[in-house]
Amino acid sequence: MLLTVSTTHEPARDLGYLLHKHPDRVQEFRQSFGTATVLFPEATDERTTVALLLDVDPVRLARSRPRNAPDFSLAQYVNDRPYAASSLLAVALGDVFSTARAGRGGSRQDLADTALPLVIEVPVLPCRGGSEVAHRLFAPLGWSVEADPLPLDERFPAWGDSRYVRLRLTGTVRLADALNQLYVLLPVLDESKHYWQPADEVDKLLRSGGDWLATHPERELVTRRYLARTGLARAALVRLAEVGGDVADETDERPVPLNTRRRDAVLQVLSELGATSVIDLGCGQGQLVEALLGDPSYTRVAGMEVSSGALRQAARRLRTDEMGERQAERLTLFQGALTYEDPRLAGYDAAVLMEVVEHVDPPRLAALEHVVFATARPGAVVLTTPNADYNPRYEHLVGMRHPDHRFEWTRAELADWAGGVAERNGYDVELRGIGDPDPELGAPTQLAVFRRA
Amino acid sequence: MPELRIPERGLVILVGVSGSGKSTFAARHFAPTQVISSDFCRGLVADDENDQDATRDAFDVLHYIVGTRLRRGLLTVVDATNVQDRARASLIEVAREHDVLVDAIVLDVPESVAQERNRLRPDRDFGRQVVARQHRDLRKGLSRMGKRIRRVHVLQGTDEIDAATVVTERPWNDRRDLTGPFDLVGDVHGCASELRTLLGELGWDLEYDDRGRAVGAAHPEGRTAVFVGDLVDRGPDTPGVLRLVMGMVAAGSALCVSGNHEAKLVRALKGSDVRRTHGLAESLDQLEGESAEFRAAALTFMDGLISHYVLDEGRLVVAHAGLKESYHGRTSGRVRSFALYGDTTGETDEFGLPVRYPWAQEYRGRAMVVYGHTPVPETEWVNNTICLDTGVVFGGALTALRYPGKEVVSVPAEQQWFEPVRPLAPPVPERAPGTLRLEDVLTPGAPTWLSTRTGKVKVPEENAAAALEVMSRFAVDPRWLVHLPATMAPAPASREDGYLEHPEQAFDAYARAGVESVVCEEKHMGSRAIVVLARDEASAERRFGVADGSTGTVHTRTGRAFFDPTLTGRRVDGLRASCAPLFEQLATDWLVLDAELLPWSAKAEGLIREQYAAVGTAAHHALPAVQRVLDAAAGRGLEVAGLADRAARRTAGADAFRDAYAAYVRPTDGLDGVTLAPFQVLAAEGRNLAASEPHPWHLAQLGVLAGPLLTPTRHRIVDLASPDSRAAATRWWLDLTAAGGEGMVVKPAHLVDRAGKVQPGLKVRGRDYLRLVYGPDYLDSLDLLRGRDTGRKGGLAIREHRLGLESLDLLVEGEPLWRVHQAVFAVLALESEPVDPRL
Repeated sequence: MLLTVSTTHEPARDLGYLLHKHPDRVQEFRQSFGTATVLFPEATDERTTVALLLDVDPVRLARSRPRNAPDFSLAQYVNDRPYAASSLLAVALGDVFSTARAGRGGSRQDLADTALPLVIEVPVLPCRGGSEVAHRLFAPLGWSVEADPLPLDERFPAWGDSRYVRLRLTGTVRLADALNQLYVLLPVLDESKHYWQPADEVDKLLRSGGDWLATHPERELVTRRYLARTGLARAALVRLAEVGGDVADETDERPVPLNTRRRDAVLQVLSELGATSVIDLGCGQGQLVEALLGDPSYTRVAGMEVSSGALRQAARRLRTDEMGERQAERLTLFQGALTYEDPRLAGYDAAVLMEVVEHVDPPRLAALEHVVFATARPGAVVLTTPNADYNPRYEHLVGMRHPDHRFEWTRAELADWAGGVAERNGYDVELRGIGDPDPELGAPTQLAVFRRA
Repeated sequence: MPELRIPERGLVILVGVSGSGKSTFAARHFAPTQVISSDFCRGLVADDENDQDATRDAFDVLHYIVGTRLRRGLLTVVDATNVQDRARASLIEVAREHDVLVDAIVLDVPESVAQERNRLRPDRDFGRQVVARQHRDLRKGLSRMGKRIRRVHVLQGTDEIDAATVVTERPWNDRRDLTGPFDLVGDVHGCASELRTLLGELGWDLEYDDRGRAVGAAHPEGRTAVFVGDLVDRGPDTPGVLRLVMGMVAAGSALCVSGNHEAKLVRALKGSDVRRTHGLAESLDQLEGESAEFRAAALTFMDGLISHYVLDEGRLVVAHAGLKESYHGRTSGRVRSFALYGDTTGETDEFGLPVRYPWAQEYRGRAMVVYGHTPVPETEWVNNTICLDTGVVFGGALTALRYPGKEVVSVPAEQQWFEPVRPLAPPVPERAPGTLRLEDVLTPGAPTWLSTRTGKVKVPEENAAAALEVMSRFAVDPRWLVHLPATMAPAPASREDGYLEHPEQAFDAYARAGVESVVCEEKHMGSRAIVVLARDEASAERRFGVADGSTGTVHTRTGRAFFDPTLTGRRVDGLRASCAPLFEQLATDWLVLDAELLPWSAKAEGLIREQYAAVGTAAHHALPAVQRVLDAAAGRGLEVAGLADRAARRTAGADAFRDAYAAYVRPTDGLDGVTLAPFQVLAAEGRNLAASEPHPWHLAQLGVLAGPLLTPTRHRIVDLASPDSRAAATRWWLDLTAAGGEGMVVKPAHLVDRAGKVQPGLKVRGRDYLRLVYGPDYLDSLDLLRGRDTGRKGGLAIREHRLGLESLDLLVEGEPLWRVHQAVFAVLALESEPVDPRL
């Protein structure tokens, strides 16, 4: 990957002085992930260009990691690291030009403090959000921005543009500021950071971005992306506010989210049913189970979930390992699937299928019906699922509400299915809605309550 | 010298006062593990064998151990005083729970002997009154002991105790020594003529008495007939049926279990007041016409029938109304009741007939269970069980099952002999929608050990857990999912300059494993696909139990559908037409094919765009810029020759990388442009072809197919002993890969031992193709990459291959869905193993 910085400020060869690099030498710097090379393809008093080349070897990079590292995948070897100006380039830049970044110019401090005419070129820059984001980030800093999208493959024009742009920045900026801006904004534009972020990342960000970042209109985007993890981002925003401005308070009033209303509605139905033992089929991370445990009228609460990962998170959320004996006796969490008969599903007053059926392939619904209604046969089944009729009310919705939804039922479709299930298995069914109803399209979520006849 | 005959798998209770010599007796006649003593259990829970405070806990442990052993079918001897009714009653209860027989052995020594022995033992410091009380209890209980115990063996005095010997008796139902072959015959109900016809169809020679009545039969091949009961009632000639079957049983050419109708007829003949309904009246009237001797003989015969048999090393169980697994080989009232009447719930249906619990739906045993009792319009396998009562007396047919061949032979009724209470066709049993149980595939807290005919395969719990998620959320209907392909290891790393994989290594590996010739198949760069085709909806329902109108599937190596149901249906129709010659050739109405679906972009365009094309374009634009910078630097006289060299090499690598993926991109639209390259015919009716035929056979079968939907698989056979043959194959591979091919797969050309260690296949991928796997510049890192470990992958490939063959065996043999699914599920589970995905 490559980045060049050129200046026409005469004598332009002073660029080498400011960078503490001799224009007539080729210098290499070892990095943990490859080799950075600094050289000057042109060095005259009229115009001098420095090039930072970073040679990343993905095979070596991958092989140096433990086999069970999180990105143990094909992408370890086949990735854009060797070519695109990613966070790795930012790390190398921060390291190789650390003195210049600090703005120290030694005997030429005046030059270091002067805004110079600069041209920065990055031939391949990953740019999350498209070239428009590059404009939003660099233009407020005084740069004139060219960001041309690169096609994915000109042999397959239908594929369109890639996520990369060719970036060219022209402006008159202090060199230290320019380098620090690149140091912070390259990772921000990149899809992901490639090294772990310790807590001192906040300091790093503030050190490199303190002055110009505090007044940057996109500082929230920069901070959030740079720090990826929200906790760190929040801390940094607060500290930035001390440096420069204010931070919007996030405790403003918002309507109660639909998933909370769904949970409340299900709890309401369970209480109407007078259920004392409840099994949540597809309990996810255990939100409903947690609410049920909080109500002493439920003497037995079970959560079944197909994903062992979600189940582990549920156990953590519920703190099962430090739960008291009586509490633990009320709770059962286990892995299972709705298409497999399982005696552990039987013996509950009520079973909850909250936003679950729409994740089951339609041909497998008969198996779900068999397992829940014919085999487990709880006293009641409380089911929620999206109301497809309501979807036009979601402004930006294209297709279905979740990428894993195999279908979304209209009110008529749910009524049809639920009626059949009830008849075949000896249940009565009642249909309701959850959420603020639209006069024509109904409520956003549908609720079906089956009672064993 | 008294010989005590005790049940082979039952419970034996030793009874005797302290000091009567129970432990000595037990040690002499039983293995140490068969004897559970209360003292031992007291020691387990209290560190003191004489701590009477621990008695209650000690007996809990004792009951648990005894119960577990009895459940597992082991002879168990309880060494405790057991002189009180109460102590024995709780043990008898444990035995009843597990439906085994209970014997008692009473060691009755004079009180003085016991007192003297205790006096000599320092740890028995309880008073003399204890033994005296025990003695009184024993005397009191002795007379009543026989009520709930099969046999009470009383040994009087030390001489008799010392002289006694113990022998174990098999239960009457245990005929595992009989291995057949058998002809199993369904409910006859007095249809003597149809029975004679059926036996004739089956090749039996009937024997007649001087009055022309059939009185016996023998089979020239030495087959044994097994009657599932209900010989009598309703039909025109119950005595005729009895005469023939009694003759066969007496001659040892037949076995017969009791049906509920025999049980009732026995009660009637013995003079009990039973209602003469359900055809009993006909039997009694017909028997009136027989001699008193015959009636007596018939009564003795029927009264002596037992309720079920376990045959052929435990592989076959026959009971009139079927039998659940935990009752096989057991003896108790409820076992007999199950065998005679089925799993009745006590309710009756609208015709007044008892409602039966569908135990067969839940059956998971390995033994085949053959039964009758409930008339069905046609026989049907349900979880390795089959009902042979096809209602001959109601005008249906008399049916036999040939074992072990599983052939069903029927003769139609000559007429309707009896009016059924309810229509013969019972309400079609709701076919459970591919009923699978979680315990079939996942054991919480433990790995699953799956038995295959080539040994057990371990599936760790976390792999099964991962597979459960994938299987239940993404896979196609399990009834279509009859096989998943095994993974395949690459050939060992090549030392050839500039190559990571090379044919020579695959050839060497096979030559070392004793393989003489191999077949090299072109490796298509597409997506692995398993194709299941049924001839029509009827065969889809018959063979796969799918009745939703679909007639096949095309799924990925993890069981996902390639297309939506409509497109799948269209492609299945097309492939069925293309494969018509194969259907004819193999005389089958279904096929399972292993194939590659082409082009790669059909399924993987997202991956190609997001990963390969993105990397390609980044390289395509970055490297020339780097070269320009280096050219300028060189122009200034800077020393950058090494960097420039490398940049030039990388530019070439990037170009080759871009060409590599582009070669597998073809425009497709829905199904248009998508083709299938089959390379193996995995299975067809009655044949696990993957196991029985070598690869050249498969390629030859598939070679005759043609049509726009199919892409042929180029291949050649290599004699590993011939250097020329090997060199020619290597040239072929070089040409293939130079033209953009992915590479080839090398497989043994002849059948190899399924249980052996020979890899089912080794892939040898092309030099440029590997850029897609290891990156555009991987050739610069060959030193590192050659150190890759292919051992784990190879081990996995072998285990998955065995499971894959097992699933096909089970499918072909008509085993129940859950067993096929277990093997398929295990392949998916093993695939979740974290193995380097580049291999």
